[in-house]
Amino acid sequence: MSLDHGKTAMPADPYNIIITGVGGQGNVLASRVLGNMLLADDLHVTIGETFGASQRGGSVMSHLRVSAKSHLAPQIPRGQAHLVISLEPTEALRVLKDYGNPEVCVLCNMRPIHAIGVISGEARYPEPEELKQWIRALSRKVWFVNATEAALAMGNPIFGNILLMGALAATGVLPLDRGGFKRVMHRMMPGDKMAPNLEAFDKGRLLVNGSL
Amino acid sequence: MSHLIEGRAGDRRLLMGNEAIARGALEAGIRVAAGYPGTPSSEIIENLARVAEQRRLYVEWSVNEKVALEVAAAASFAGLRALCVMKQNGVNVASDFLLHLAGSGTRGGLVLVPCDDPGALSSVNEGESRHFARMIEIPLLEPADFQEAKDMIPYAFALSEQLRTLVMVRSVTRLSHASGDVVLGALPASAPQAFFKHDGFILDLMEGPMLSSPVDYKHGLQQERIRQAAEQFESAPFNTYSGPQRPEVLLITCSACFLYSLEAIRVLGVAERVGVLKLGTTWPLPSMLLEKYLRLSDTVLVVEEVIPFLEENVKLVAAERAAAVGIKTFYGKRDGTLPATGEMNPDRVIEALTKVLGISHAAMPADYAEKALESAFFGAPPRDWTFCPGCPHRASFWSIRSALQMDDRQGFVCGDIGCYSLAMLPTGFNSLSTLHAMGSGTGLASGFGMLNKFDMHQPVLAVSGDSTFFHAVMPALANAVHHRAPITLVVLDNSGTAMTGFQPHPGLAVDAAGKSVQALDIVRICEAMGAEVTQCDPFDLALTQQTLLDLMASAGGPKVLVLKQICALSPEKKGKKQYRMTIDADRCRGEQCGCNRLCTRVFKCPGLIWDAAAKATRIDEVICAGCGVCASICPVGAIQKEAVA
Repeated sequence: MSLDHGKTAMPADPYNIIITGVGGQGNVLASRVLGNMLLADDLHVTIGETFGASQRGGSVMSHLRVSAKSHLAPQIPRGQAHLVISLEPTEALRVLKDYGNPEVCVLCNMRPIHAIGVISGEARYPEPEELKQWIRALSRKVWFVNATEAALAMGNPIFGNILLMGALAATGVLPLDRGGFKRVMHRMMPGDKMAPNLEAFDKGRLLVNGSL
Repeated sequence: MSHLIEGRAGDRRLLMGNEAIARGALEAGIRVAAGYPGTPSSEIIENLARVAEQRRLYVEWSVNEKVALEVAAAASFAGLRALCVMKQNGVNVASDFLLHLAGSGTRGGLVLVPCDDPGALSSVNEGESRHFARMIEIPLLEPADFQEAKDMIPYAFALSEQLRTLVMVRSVTRLSHASGDVVLGALPASAPQAFFKHDGFILDLMEGPMLSSPVDYKHGLQQERIRQAAEQFESAPFNTYSGPQRPEVLLITCSACFLYSLEAIRVLGVAERVGVLKLGTTWPLPSMLLEKYLRLSDTVLVVEEVIPFLEENVKLVAAERAAAVGIKTFYGKRDGTLPATGEMNPDRVIEALTKVLGISHAAMPADYAEKALESAFFGAPPRDWTFCPGCPHRASFWSIRSALQMDDRQGFVCGDIGCYSLAMLPTGFNSLSTLHAMGSGTGLASGFGMLNKFDMHQPVLAVSGDSTFFHAVMPALANAVHHRAPITLVVLDNSGTAMTGFQPHPGLAVDAAGKSVQALDIVRICEAMGAEVTQCDPFDLALTQQTLLDLMASAGGPKVLVLKQICALSPEKKGKKQYRMTIDADRCRGEQCGCNRLCTRVFKCPGLIWDAAAKATRIDEVICAGCGVCASICPVGAIQKEAVA
């Protein structure tokens, strides 16, 4: 896929993306960055978010939708996701239950975050291999990455979401490039945050290229 | 510079609904904005506060919604345009003033933006602010997308000034907290001066005193304004029809439900059969316009959120104009085609349309749906809301729970509104026995306390956050002191309105725009009211528990315990660990421990991991905030803390 392009080529219209994770993982920032990267001249972008109480350790989800025709509903209809980006693996399954279909692509960070029912022992957290098998069986294409570990190596787990944006660019599923990321970050972030975020984006690209 | 004011007329920007509303207010040339934080409304005032200095605005977080509306109204009385913002139940708080404001009328444009929360995504109610518009007779607008969220605000200000009345623009969570691309308008350059004319003739609306009396005269004026608003709404740009000339079904909708309806029609492929009348002016309804479209079809489906407000008002017009429009079959909430609780979404509209049109729809292949459901059942354990790692409330409720158990007289806690409302859930050890409105915990406790006259001797506790204390607890505490109610009020002071994003309140020395202001001291206020006050750090579990036991055991009127520890997400604390936590694997006795796994089974901070294979507790270094509290809980000293330099 070409990296710097004048015209936007989305694989479908409307194109429906779900970014999911656990409150506190930086879901909202990820959806803003991606939404702004996709906001080309000829496209409408709609992002629906849950935050507030759900931020407190609950499941969070952003619905990001792109269309050349019109604004869309801030909620995707059941079974209509094209792409699921999951900051936590069990959340990918939760989303696929409602929005999945045999054609969906999934980019999934494998770092678990235990729900309090798991911490207390009332519920069991699945093994990574089980999770991968289930997610694979529900998707057309899937990329598993260890973005949190890469972020920890950079010194802060919060870079996990930007690493995933880099990984997403490397999958080639969407017309995303480094220049677009840089432009968006320049508008959204104070200057001193640019360098580590660019580093995270570049490291994220390697996560996918390395695993292919 | 904020991206809210750097954009120029014609620019297209990705804005959150609340940002679009704030931009609309700036384009309308507001000078004053006031509100009380509440999800999903808070970002409107936050965004305006950020540009207050550059745009020469006065923006405040008021002590509560009623005062916020009074502050905004004062600006209107002095000839300025003013915006007031709150969440849905805030309108209940403001409603007494609202009623009288409708009577007195306004001068400078005055717009109230309530943000409702259908489905209670971030509330303990799904109240409807729209009913206030009908009840107190003020015009109501409902934006259907992000562009309208911006464009309706200048329209509402112009209408307010033309009719001299408050105008309500109602948003909902899925608009306020969703984002879409918006084409910006121009920002005005004018900067009007304030002056309050008050010495004219008593009935002079522009120069006399601002009063809701004489009631008969003023109420008549208000009803005349509503008649004029209905006339204006006949040609408002926000009422649109799209669809065939003779649809089988006329779908009438408003707010975010417009987008859900379009989506449902697209998914079902029924654009040839269903026409959509989208109304942006939902009270008073433009009846001639409605008549025109009601004539298109004998089958009408009304799609809106929560209770059937639009549906009932449309039916009223249909009844009044029955001779012209004929007999209709209505589908909506009244007949159960759509649920009257919870939020709408495309799927609910799809289901309603399949019923009305007699068609079927499968969201995904049956075998896929079954496989996905099974995988999620086994693979995605439920994720309850929890207090954040490092949250002082977890420690506070641990102590409250322990003290009540040791006291052993079936004492209980009256809850209140804030992050600490989550104490009703396992994360707060199911500690709350009542939970209602802002300040209701202390009011209920005051009432429970007096029941000792009827042989009720259970210890009564109430909890309150610091922002809630100023909002509505102070009158309840005055009541308890005055009547010597034997209760203990625990103020969970985390130095900010944490639930909604850490907005300042009167207890802090900073205002909405970041300027220094006078801080009010909760301890001194309670002492001045006549309560006995103690302070404690909730992270000191032993001292907090002993203090609570002593307070519950002592006689006399209300006691106040202030548990002060700053929120773990506050800008001062976020990301900074006070302690590095480790587990001494040799000491951790896992399931063999006499404490029966207090740390993970009961305390269950998300920063702890129960390693089922090793049968031992671990620290999750990504999640742990380093507050050190769990070290105080482990009876064998296996959880260890080391101060971080």
